[in-house]
Formats: sequence, C-alpha cells, structure tokens
Amino acid sequence: MNYITQRLLTFPLVLLGVSLLVFFAIRLVPGDAIIAMLGTEAGLLTDAQRESLAAYFGLDQPIIVQYGRWLAGLFEGNLGISVIYGKPVLEVILMRFPLTLELALLSMLIALVVGIPAGVFAATRADRPSDLAVRVFAMLGQSTPSFVVGLLLIYFLSVVFRALPAMGSFTPLFVDPIGNLSQMILPAITLGLSFAAAVTRISRSAMLDVLSDDYVRTARSKGASQRDVVWRHALPNALIPVVTLSGVEFGYLLGGAVIVEQIFALPGLGRLTLDAISQRDYPLVQGAVLFIAFNFLVVNLIVDLAYAALDPRIRLGGK
Amino acid sequence: MALLRAVMRHPSGRIGAAIIALFLILALMGAVGLTPHDPLKQFVVDRMKGPSGTYWFGTDLLGRDTFSRLMLGIGESFLIAFASVAIAATAGTLIGLFAAWWGHLWDGILMRIMDVLLAFPAILLALLIVAIQGPGVMTSITAIGIVYTPIFARVARAPALALKAREFVEAARTFGSTQRYILTRHLLLNLIAPLTVTITLALAWSLLTESGLSFLGLGSQPPAPSLGVMLAESKSMMTRSPWLMLFPGLTIMLAILGFNLLGDALRDILDPRTQERRA
Repeated sequence: MNYITQRLLTFPLVLLGVSLLVFFAIRLVPGDAIIAMLGTEAGLLTDAQRESLAAYFGLDQPIIVQYGRWLAGLFEGNLGISVIYGKPVLEVILMRFPLTLELALLSMLIALVVGIPAGVFAATRADRPSDLAVRVFAMLGQSTPSFVVGLLLIYFLSVVFRALPAMGSFTPLFVDPIGNLSQMILPAITLGLSFAAAVTRISRSAMLDVLSDDYVRTARSKGASQRDVVWRHALPNALIPVVTLSGVEFGYLLGGAVIVEQIFALPGLGRLTLDAISQRDYPLVQGAVLFIAFNFLVVNLIVDLAYAALDPRIRLGGK
Repeated sequence: MALLRAVMRHPSGRIGAAIIALFLILALMGAVGLTPHDPLKQFVVDRMKGPSGTYWFGTDLLGRDTFSRLMLGIGESFLIAFASVAIAATAGTLIGLFAAWWGHLWDGILMRIMDVLLAFPAILLALLIVAIQGPGVMTSITAIGIVYTPIFARVARAPALALKAREFVEAARTFGSTQRYILTRHLLLNLIAPLTVTITLALAWSLLTESGLSFLGLGSQPPAPSLGVMLAESKSMMTRSPWLMLFPGLTIMLAILGFNLLGDALRDILDPRTQERRA
C-alpha cells in the first residue's frame, strides 16, 4: 500500500475519532444544559416544560442515540441549532469563518514574504554577523507570545501615532476593503510574526542543507552564477520543508486565533468557540470544534499530498 | 556532566542556561518568601507607581509590588510547565514505545488516537479540558500535559521502530532477555537524546500555552500572581502605566526564550546528523 492511499484511508478514521472525542468531552462538562441555556429562569420551569425542552434538544435520549443522531446529521450538513443564537450551527460558524480565513491568509502571506527571503539571506551568509542578526530576530520572534506582540503593537500605535486600531464592529473585506485591511493588519502582523520566525528558521536550515548537496556543487562548477544557484537550483528543493511547516501552521490558524481575536476584539472562529464553551452552548461547541479539526485535517492531507508530489521518494512509498 | 560542559561551550546554550538558572533562583526565592514586598499586600498610597528604588518594577492598580508578583508568577508558570511536561513526556514516551514494540494493530490504534489529539490547536484542546475540570493550577497541568502527549509519542515511536529492527535488539531477543529489559535498556536508553531535546522545547511551548490560558482568565485564578493574568489586567491601563504590561511581557518572553535557546543547543549537541555536518 503506498503512502497516498494509506493517508486517504486513515483520514475518515481520524475524523471519526475527533467527532467521538468532541461529543463525549462536551458531555463531561459539569452543569445542566437547560440551566445553562436559561440561566436563573430555569428555576421557574415546570417539570413538564423542562421535559419538553429536553425532548426538543434531544437531551432525553440515551447518550449513544444522541451521538448517532448528531453523526447522522453531520452527513446532511446539519450540526444542530445553536442555543445562544437560535440559528443552525453551521450558519453561525460560516458567518465567522471569512474573518478567520482572511486573517490566516494574511498572516501566512506576511510569514512567507518575510521569512523565505530572510532565511535564504541568512543561509548564504552562514555564520557571518548578518546571519547571526537574522537568527537572533527569528529566535526572539518565536519566543514572544502573540498576546505580548499584540499588546506591544497596540501600545506603540496609541502612543506614537496617537491612534487606536478600529475595534468593535467588524468591516467585511468586500464591503469596505480599506476599512477591513486597516482593521486586520495589526492582528495579521501579530500572528504573522512568530509564523515568519518559524519560516525563517526552517528555510535557513533547509537552504544550508541543500547548498551543500552534490547537485548544487555541480551547478557551481558548471559556472552558474551565485544568484542562479541559490534561487533556481537550491531554493525549489529547500522549499519542501517550508511548505510542510506553513501548511501545518495555516491549518492551526484556520482554527481561529482565540487570543489574538480577544485582544483585537475580532469576531472570528476562536472567540466564537471560547464564548460557546463559556456559555455551554453544546451544539455550537461541538460544531465549531469539529469544523476546526476537520479543516486542520484537510489542510494537512493536502500538505502531505503536495509533499508527496514534490518528493518522488515519498510518492513511491520507498525509503 | 559532559553534557553540561557541552551546553556551556555552546553560545546559545550558555545564554539559555543562564536565563533559566536566573528564573529558577527568582522562583525559589519567591517560593520561600524572599520577595522585596508581600506580593499580595496592597500599598494603597502607592498605587500605579512607576519603577523606583522601592518598587523596582512599579506597582499595579491595587498598589501591589510588580517585581514580587512576578517572582511568584514565574514560580507558578514553571511549576505548571515542569509538571505538565513530565506528564506529557512519560505518557507520550510509553505510548510511542509500546506502539513501536507491539506494532501492527496496536501501533495503528495508538497512533491514530494521537492523530486525533493533534487535530486540535493546543489552546483549543486546553480550553475544552478547562471547561470540563474548571480553571485552576491542577487543570492547567493536566490540560497542557494531554495537549503535548502526542508529540512525545511521535518522537519516541520513530526511533524505537528503527531500533527494534537493529541487530542488537534481535540478538537480545534470541538469547532470552526479558521484554522489560529490552524495552528499558535497549530502546528507552537510546531514546534519551531525542527526548531531552523535545522536553526542553516542550517546556517553552507549555509556558506559552499556560500564559495564554491565564491571559484568557482560564488558568490560575486571582489573587494568585500569574504572568498571563498580570498582562491581561495591564491592557486597560496601558497608556497610563505601560510598565505594567512591559515587565510581565518581557518576563514571559525571556522564560520561553531561555528554553528555546537551550533546546536548540541540545539539538546541536545531541543530534548525530548536525554533528556530522559540523565535522
């Protein structure tokens, strides 16, 4: 069995595992779902009302039945009804998803545009002061938590430019591109910084590896210019680990950036999940967490397949 | 000892070790009460003071001494980081080792379970666990421990698989070594190098996750001084007293940096591939 078929076969299995974990983890959260829904007013319910509510949300069934129903619903794109919003879970998630997707794409763009050139630059000047400077910055970038970066950015913006980033209501990209970007740029930089640091480090070390390969030496001895050797011969191979790393990071970013969304008051997937957890909106938590894990698995599958396509040694299953 | 000497010879290892040593000393002093001020005491007349000879890093909204609070905060963050990584390293290594040793179906089952855990962003998985257990120090330890278990399982499994196929393990089996002896002496002992590197880096990640959790208000609870909580509280007072944000922020960053630097140095020293390259 080659690598790709094996990957494709385990994918649904892992997804099923994720759904099991999500469903049963939520059931372990202490507290009655109906009380969580109605707050103190739950005390005013008669037993009959309570039972009919439980029946409405399917909470009166045995847990296995509840899981089966939920799973069957998934195949029809039905994730249940959110308790907080009173709307279908999928609709609520898809309302928040564009922001999260845009933020993830912008951060990745920043990371690649900054990280790859920085890594190549450092690798071609290995062990010189300029290489050291790049490495120090990358190390610092990777060690600074996003909330520290975010708070520092807000601080400098408010003190130096005496301006505050627009917060509160979110402006969609297609309604007002300028307004949208001015709102997204700080969070994107915040998330992009540590991402860029990781890209820098991995492209530097991959580039160093490739530059000492025989085929690069051959290219050099044939008289190819330094620029040709670095950008045309070496870089394509050095990019393979960069693709993998960026894919995994991007997959995680699609899960929403809870902390950064919190700092910049952005209504993305991360805050949606956080709110759903704190308000015990079972259907929404389940749906959102499953959606996030699903995205991550799909992105990883694509990355793995791309990786296999780029490297015939993996595609053919040999080693 | 030889390893320690090698770390001290490595430039980033030296810096990383120095940072961690400094933080450990501060945390220990904080734990035995050797702080400049009582970290919980409110000096009401000295609220929101800037750094000074009396209050080295200034005071907060309630007039509590930031430096003393940071000392305790470091202690708590380190305690959670060390305990959670201990859980993750033990559980993960055992899972990876048995997956490799038993092979076949067991390998498939155990590693797919690890894949399931890896499909959640760290902070999200931690949030779910906090929702179940309620926030607190013990919850943070369990949550972060579970979050990083799959990474150790993967780190242990790959080399264990390779070792299992090696002649010396085959030989040990033929002359009747017990399973336990082979697993501990031949496999586990040979995993120490990659595990040491991963443990050090995992300490950095778990500091990151812990401070993130407490920043969201889901880690250790006030009034206990916690680096993440101190930062979250500083946000609304940022323009008036930037030091309230600056010092806890720098403290978290330095602590993570220390473990990252040490981890990198250990990888350079212990990874045979990088040694070859240098030679």
